[in-house]
Amino acid sequence: MLRIYCPYCESVRDEDEFHCVGEAHINRPANPEELSDQEWGEYLHFRTNPRGEHREIWHHTVGCRQHFNVLRDTETYEIRRVYRIGDELNADADADAD
Amino acid sequence: MSQIRRLKTGGRVDRSTPLEFSFNGESYVGFLGDTLASALLANGVDKVGRSFKYFRPRGILGSGAEEPNAIVQLESNGISTPNLRATEVELVEGLSARSVTDMGRTRIRRIASRFTSLMPVGFYYKTLIRPKATWNVGEKLIRQAAGLGTVFSNSDPDIYDKYHHHCDVLVVGAGAAGLTAALAAAELGLRVIVADEQSEYGGWLLSTSRELDAAPAVSWIDQIVASLHARPNVILLSRTTIFGLYDHGLAMGCERLTGCTTSAHGVPRERLHQIRAQQVVLATGALERPLTFANNDLPGIMLPSAVLTYLNRYAVAVGAELVLATTNDQAYEAAFAWHDVGLKVVAICDMRSDIPLELISACDTREIPVFREHTVVEARGSKRVAEATVVPLSVDKHNIAGKGHKLTCDVLATSTGWNPVIHLNAHTRTMARWDEKEVAFLLDSQSPDIASAGAINGARTLAACMREGVAAIQKLRSLVDVEIEFPLPQIDETSPARCAKFFKAPHPRLDNRAPKQFVDFQLDVTVADIQLAVREGYRTIEHVKRYTALGFGNDQGKLGNVNGINVLADATGTSIGDIGTTVFRPPYTPVTFGAIGGRSVGELFDPERLTPMHQWHVDYGAEWENVGQWKRPWYYAIAGESMQDAVNREVLAARNDVAVLDASTLGKIDVQGRDAAVFIDRMYSNTFANLRVGRCRYGLMLRDTGMIFDDGVTARLDKDHFLVHTTTGNAEPVLSWLELWHQTEWSELDVRLTSVTDQWATVAVVGPKSRRVLGKLCPEVNLSNESFPFMSVQTVQLEQTEARIFRVSFSGELSYEINVPAQYGLSLWERVLEIGEPFGITPYGTETMHVLRAEKGFIIAGQDTDGSMTPVDMNLSWCVRKTNDVDFVGRRSLNLSDYQRTDRLQLVGLETRDSLVVLPEGGQLLSKPTKKQPAAMQGFVTSAYFSATLDRSIALAMVKGGLLRIGDTLHCALYDGSFVEASVVSSVFFDPDNLAQKVDFESDTFGVKPSELGLSSSASTVRETNDEASGRDAGVTLRAWRGYRIFTLVGSTVDDPDLSGQAGFSEILPLEPCTWNSVDNAKFCWLGPSRWLMLERFDEEEYEPLDLPSDVVSNVGFLDTTGAYAVFSLTGTSVNELLKKSCPFDFHESVFSSQSCVQSTFAKANALVVARGDDGVDLLVRRSFADYVVRWIEDASEEFGFRHNF
Repeated sequence: MLRIYCPYCESVRDEDEFHCVGEAHINRPANPEELSDQEWGEYLHFRTNPRGEHREIWHHTVGCRQHFNVLRDTETYEIRRVYRIGDELNADADADAD
Repeated sequence: MSQIRRLKTGGRVDRSTPLEFSFNGESYVGFLGDTLASALLANGVDKVGRSFKYFRPRGILGSGAEEPNAIVQLESNGISTPNLRATEVELVEGLSARSVTDMGRTRIRRIASRFTSLMPVGFYYKTLIRPKATWNVGEKLIRQAAGLGTVFSNSDPDIYDKYHHHCDVLVVGAGAAGLTAALAAAELGLRVIVADEQSEYGGWLLSTSRELDAAPAVSWIDQIVASLHARPNVILLSRTTIFGLYDHGLAMGCERLTGCTTSAHGVPRERLHQIRAQQVVLATGALERPLTFANNDLPGIMLPSAVLTYLNRYAVAVGAELVLATTNDQAYEAAFAWHDVGLKVVAICDMRSDIPLELISACDTREIPVFREHTVVEARGSKRVAEATVVPLSVDKHNIAGKGHKLTCDVLATSTGWNPVIHLNAHTRTMARWDEKEVAFLLDSQSPDIASAGAINGARTLAACMREGVAAIQKLRSLVDVEIEFPLPQIDETSPARCAKFFKAPHPRLDNRAPKQFVDFQLDVTVADIQLAVREGYRTIEHVKRYTALGFGNDQGKLGNVNGINVLADATGTSIGDIGTTVFRPPYTPVTFGAIGGRSVGELFDPERLTPMHQWHVDYGAEWENVGQWKRPWYYAIAGESMQDAVNREVLAARNDVAVLDASTLGKIDVQGRDAAVFIDRMYSNTFANLRVGRCRYGLMLRDTGMIFDDGVTARLDKDHFLVHTTTGNAEPVLSWLELWHQTEWSELDVRLTSVTDQWATVAVVGPKSRRVLGKLCPEVNLSNESFPFMSVQTVQLEQTEARIFRVSFSGELSYEINVPAQYGLSLWERVLEIGEPFGITPYGTETMHVLRAEKGFIIAGQDTDGSMTPVDMNLSWCVRKTNDVDFVGRRSLNLSDYQRTDRLQLVGLETRDSLVVLPEGGQLLSKPTKKQPAAMQGFVTSAYFSATLDRSIALAMVKGGLLRIGDTLHCALYDGSFVEASVVSSVFFDPDNLAQKVDFESDTFGVKPSELGLSSSASTVRETNDEASGRDAGVTLRAWRGYRIFTLVGSTVDDPDLSGQAGFSEILPLEPCTWNSVDNAKFCWLGPSRWLMLERFDEEEYEPLDLPSDVVSNVGFLDTTGAYAVFSLTGTSVNELLKKSCPFDFHESVFSSQSCVQSTFAKANALVVARGDDGVDLLVRRSFADYVVRWIEDASEEFGFRHNF
């Protein structure tokens, strides 16, 4: 079980309160109609699935119902950083991660 | 004779409290403070079981978790628990135990044991393979002989419990190292939890003869434990085995509260502690390692640490004449203590040449013969060891160097050193490292939040253990240079010399010709077995483990693994370090399923959601269908009706007269904000921007893959205010889905989403006569087609409450769905039935709802769709916007080439040739009846019912290219191999022109003013529970609130939440997360960014609505959600304990202040917990969960005393 810092509730909560939505920073193409089937399919279905650092969206379903980004190591389950939607993962930024 | 081996004095047992118990049918007496093992030894019971494979008699070998032989089954009060180690079972009055290896199937095993020479290692892998049929016979015999103990097959009457804990430092093990670490952490003011698996704290200090500060060690223990107990920042857990260390500092411990017997007065038998620790100190100690030699499994052969423990702690002399074989200094303590109580030490064989002088002189003083460079190679004896053969060793210790001696003895204690208990550290994916100097596997690496102290690190003196305890805290807190004030006791001990590396005595004969030399006692794995496995090609320890079963017993190789690894290293010509250990996985010792289940069993297994009308359905005899967590009436059987009869009656009532459905479970999401229409247009495949206020539209929600996710009717209540309906099961996923898109993709839109599912109770009045019922219910409303057309909504006043009436239809009939705040739901339901009685109104359940919708070809997302169906596939292309102006989720995918295939599965209807046969849902459809495999699948049935309306069976199905195959014949394969012929028809079976739902105004039914409706509000849906005073003080008092209002306040999601610092705003609405402000009788609780909950309590008579400043009112949307919640106060001295059981959140005052409010899981439901400021908390749960949550609280509070006041 993971312990996750919610950047909106500003506290560390049990994984049970959250729901992992999937990989973060998958931007929906601005003009879907201009994309080929293949390009659109890549947006829909292709994800990085790395061993190591993975950027994910988590949803504080039981709490404040906000989505936020988590940088998690898929091998050690260590959570390296937590940052709000819209923020870029930036090593220089103040870490919210717990 | 009773307790023949009990010493007259000494030990930690209470001789004034004798306890009767029975073992294998014989009665014995032990003392309070005994374990089952020590009591059996005191009574001279040598044989406690038989070996698994060879049926050899076995005695107690150890004194703790390492014990491989004394595995017992406990029986008490009709329950039976297998697989317990007698060394860990506390003795209680009336305890009844049997050895698992002596039970039941002994006959087969006794016979089999004669043929054991024919059953080499890997027997099952080598035999019973060909011909195949031999396995069928063999398996039966093996199964009868296999296994330890019997599983209890009745339901377990005991109570099990769980606690959530939070702490700065968890100290595992309360021996010398653990206690000092705990005290050091406590001195720093940290929140500390100390857990120890034994009934008493002290660990090895309870066994040793050494004095601390010139006093018995127990007085030091008592002093430290008293000091820890006195501190509010320390929680001490005895009888608690920390069995696993998991990610992010979660440690799991199982506490045995009632000494393995049944529980009383709500005290759980076992309690699972889920401890979230910032940091962990492992002071788990070490377990002694026995010598491997011939016949080393005879009763009377023990570990020196066990001999010493039984002697000093339990005052039991396990025999009369002791021979000690050792490789290290520590084992001498057992021999000296043995001698010092007046028992005979026959000899000490030390295989070392460099025995420390002080040990030699201590032996001389006691006149104990010492055999230097000798070891025991073989033991003899029939029921117990009687003789040990001691031989001199060659210089390299590999061979016998001369003639041996035969020593008469009845206790043979052997030690080859200590195995540090590194299991918990290994659970964090760190490996163990073989240390040649310490002759042990030590921790190789450690997470920065874990430190270890004491024997787990190889520390060999008590003083070193204590120093390491303090150092562990200094390391964890980065306080290495800071002195922690700590008076360590003076201990008279010298640092022992190193242990020699020696695990197995040589034998004059070859290992496979010598008497058996056991490595794993529990599964009878011998040295020869491992050597055979190597000869057969196994090299790694993981393979050898699985081939020989080494370390597979419930001791998981605690005793024998290192010895086994040594044999493997010898046989493969490698070293122990090269071989390494097997992977240690949780649990450290077995955990009962009861503890893992906790109180989530039976009625409390999973939250049940009840509608406000639930009790009526119960009283009316509804049968139930579980829809997600909801309990919904399935059908109402009257006077012995069959299900089909009941459903037929309900269907015909809806088609011909009027029927009524509790539709409260339907998902409802309130959408507000100036961009609400834009947002909904992007989330649904059809257009809502042009929907007029007061009108409704059916919509399809797609995934971005273009596949149907959900469907439902959306109503426009105002220009910027919509109400979205979802299917019952999708209410939560749809809300999350909307939030995801709003928060991640289109956060520039001002959209405020609130679930109002629980706020509204929905009564669906269905059928041609439904308008007459409505006319009587609200005579002032014009129900004509012109003023209240199909697909529209009106808000009307029903006495003191507002109601929303939707004219929509999920049945194809004229139908009105009346929504009232949930607290009026039951009252409205009863009123509608009363008004409808002259028209023959009939309540119906979900089965009839399904038949009605299937007759109309209406799909249910999730039943007829499975996430791989597009709107076109479902013949719903009319629901997809054709213009290009708005891009909605899923739009691009609908143009994908694969979606244009004409042979996709498409929704059609099926009519069976035999109109009475109902197809099985999920049935596969074939072109022609064939049993040839593989058959080309043409599709499958998604819904099938008997339609009373059409007096025939109907089905919906997905069929390849189905829309162009109307008229084709298909064959549905049944489970029994037969086929049912059916023809493909339109998916709309009834009223394809939708005339029924638009029937015109019937003027004759109006003009009747009804009597007073008499709607009344009920506080909650909680079933009345028995409020018998238990005679105890109530640790927890539950009060249900009566007079209250709840509003959900939602601010703009785009504008600055503090509204550019408008004065007064933040004094009312807290901006600090998870806090509340109060104004008069109202509390304003933070729920999330721009989202608050206003909880206002009042007495009915003196109620004056709170007057809020205009800047709050004008900037925040108010949504009445009074009906959506049930509110309870929890007060009393044990509220915090109850919260620990129910909620993973940390309610410690450092985290949860008197101004805090927190949303978290509570008893597997969701809750808002609000600090009351004085005593206890207020609890807000969604109304549908209230009944379940109250039952949980009542159950969980029983051990503290519980009182409620509704």
